[in-house]
Amino acid sequence: MADRVLMKGNEAIAEAAIRAGCRHYFGYPITPQTEIAAYMSRRMPKVGGVFLQAESEIAAINMVLGAASAGKRVMTSSSSPGISLKSEGVSYIAGSNLPCVIIDVVRGGPGLGGIQPAQSDYWQATKALGHGDFQLLVFAPNSVQEMVTAVYDAFENADRYRMPAMILADGLLGQMMEPVVFPERESVQFEKPWALTGTHGERKHNIINSLYLTPSELEQTVLDRYKVYDEVKKTLPKAELYLTGDADVVVVAFGATSRVVKSAVNSARAAGIKAGMIRPYTLWPFPVEQIKEGCRNAKNVLTVEMNMGQMVDDVKLALECSKPVAFYGRTGGVIPSPNEVLAEIKKLAGGEK
Amino acid sequence: MAIVYKKSSCLTDAPLTYCPGCCHGIITKLVAEVIEELGIDGITVGVAPVGCSVTAYNFFTCDMVEAPHGRAPAVATGLRRSLPDNVIFTYQGDGDLAAIGTAETVHSATRGENITVIFVNNAIYGMTGGQMAPTTLPGQVTQTTPYGRDPKTAGWPVRVCEMLATLTGTAYAERVAVNNVPNIRHAKAAIKKAFQNQLDHKGFSIVEVLSTCPTNWGMTPEEAMKWVDDKMIPYYPLGVYKDIDGEAK
Repeated sequence: MADRVLMKGNEAIAEAAIRAGCRHYFGYPITPQTEIAAYMSRRMPKVGGVFLQAESEIAAINMVLGAASAGKRVMTSSSSPGISLKSEGVSYIAGSNLPCVIIDVVRGGPGLGGIQPAQSDYWQATKALGHGDFQLLVFAPNSVQEMVTAVYDAFENADRYRMPAMILADGLLGQMMEPVVFPERESVQFEKPWALTGTHGERKHNIINSLYLTPSELEQTVLDRYKVYDEVKKTLPKAELYLTGDADVVVVAFGATSRVVKSAVNSARAAGIKAGMIRPYTLWPFPVEQIKEGCRNAKNVLTVEMNMGQMVDDVKLALECSKPVAFYGRTGGVIPSPNEVLAEIKKLAGGEK
Repeated sequence: MAIVYKKSSCLTDAPLTYCPGCCHGIITKLVAEVIEELGIDGITVGVAPVGCSVTAYNFFTCDMVEAPHGRAPAVATGLRRSLPDNVIFTYQGDGDLAAIGTAETVHSATRGENITVIFVNNAIYGMTGGQMAPTTLPGQVTQTTPYGRDPKTAGWPVRVCEMLATLTGTAYAERVAVNNVPNIRHAKAAIKKAFQNQLDHKGFSIVEVLSTCPTNWGMTPEEAMKWVDDKMIPYYPLGVYKDIDGEAK
């Protein structure tokens, strides 16, 4: 039986990455995720791995591109403004069909924003982290323990589908300490015949590239990638359904916000309101079927986020606009309280019961 | 019959995509010949830039990756730290290396990253049709300096080898030209040394090659070769700017 240890979320991410076989980390300091880099700088030399503090987030993500080209399990981490800087490299990585893991410990924005927890990078992560037609796998854990699971899931599925994977955390999950058990989980490894390791005179050269000057060729590479995305949409969507079976009011929330919402749902139940919660664990692919299933008996749906409602459209589309979807959120680093969420649930349930 | 000349075995059969009279062809050939002579084709991984040599990955027979604009030294760093027993080189132009990628260039040098950088300086952005480069000379007419580069508003051209020579991590920095046969022979020796340094784990080695762009300079290839002598070399003197072997002049 593995030991329970008390760890910060950021440190748990770093330790889980090493256990999942990551031996290459390239980063640049930014609050509130710097503990990941600090942990890697301590641990990587002890396990024969590489820690490198780059001159910028731009350089770090391109070092990731280089290491991924060599077939290595590689990770970088940052927070919102730094992720914006990485977006160029992420687009090239996606366009080159390279796997890697990117951690975004989200803080309030836009601009330099703040350093307190937020979820305002939802659009950036799920819709447009860079130019061109592409997607990232996006995992949204809600506890330090689940950060560990998400790191394993991210590395394995990035390799399986040859695409970048992101863990969308937030300053709350990154900074808080919780007991965590590192599972005896053997990380699945994949053959990488496409990797650049030198031809050794034994094969034709491998080329890793995202440039196709002939439109029909470029179109075909995108279409091929979207076939992979179709497969991903069938296999990966995952969500937690909590008390949704008979729920009149279903709240959709991800990440740290879901823990606030769970308290509010419990309070609503105690007050006689049939409330439930759906917590997407994968933000892309979005758990469409799970949302439909969880909202089957709902009269009202509420999304609660630490942003201005960036997930609302995805929930509406999942429900094909068949039910009203309300929104409650705080942003800029403000965390919604259980009482605020409870008040919204009560409003939708028709007032005090 | 005796063979007096043959194409390097480290070049593919892909036709080069460079304009007539451009020196990229010569420089690409020299790099391939050096790789062949050192017997390192099977362990070499090259990094192509964005610019005229963006499709360099098609020309070399070794494994190749194409980097975002200016990021080749960062990509090479990722490869270097992943493949300790391989040879890693970048092939970059002046816009790539000395404008958008300045930070990546300077910091890979200052880390003493054990890579070889081939820097092709033709004083212009060729691929996009002839705009001012960080190395465009004062007074030089380009699409974006139609009255000639005025240092008062457009700044001064950057001398890369001189700048990198100040960094402790730089093992070797030399500027060469390929506008006549003696210069070509010397350029090849410099490129060979830059690769040999890597095999000897000496650290960051850069060879800056003064090149031509007849198309965007608006010259014949012959006039362009002469312009290198008359205009470029006076501003960018040839020579060794740093050599940790103690040969710096």
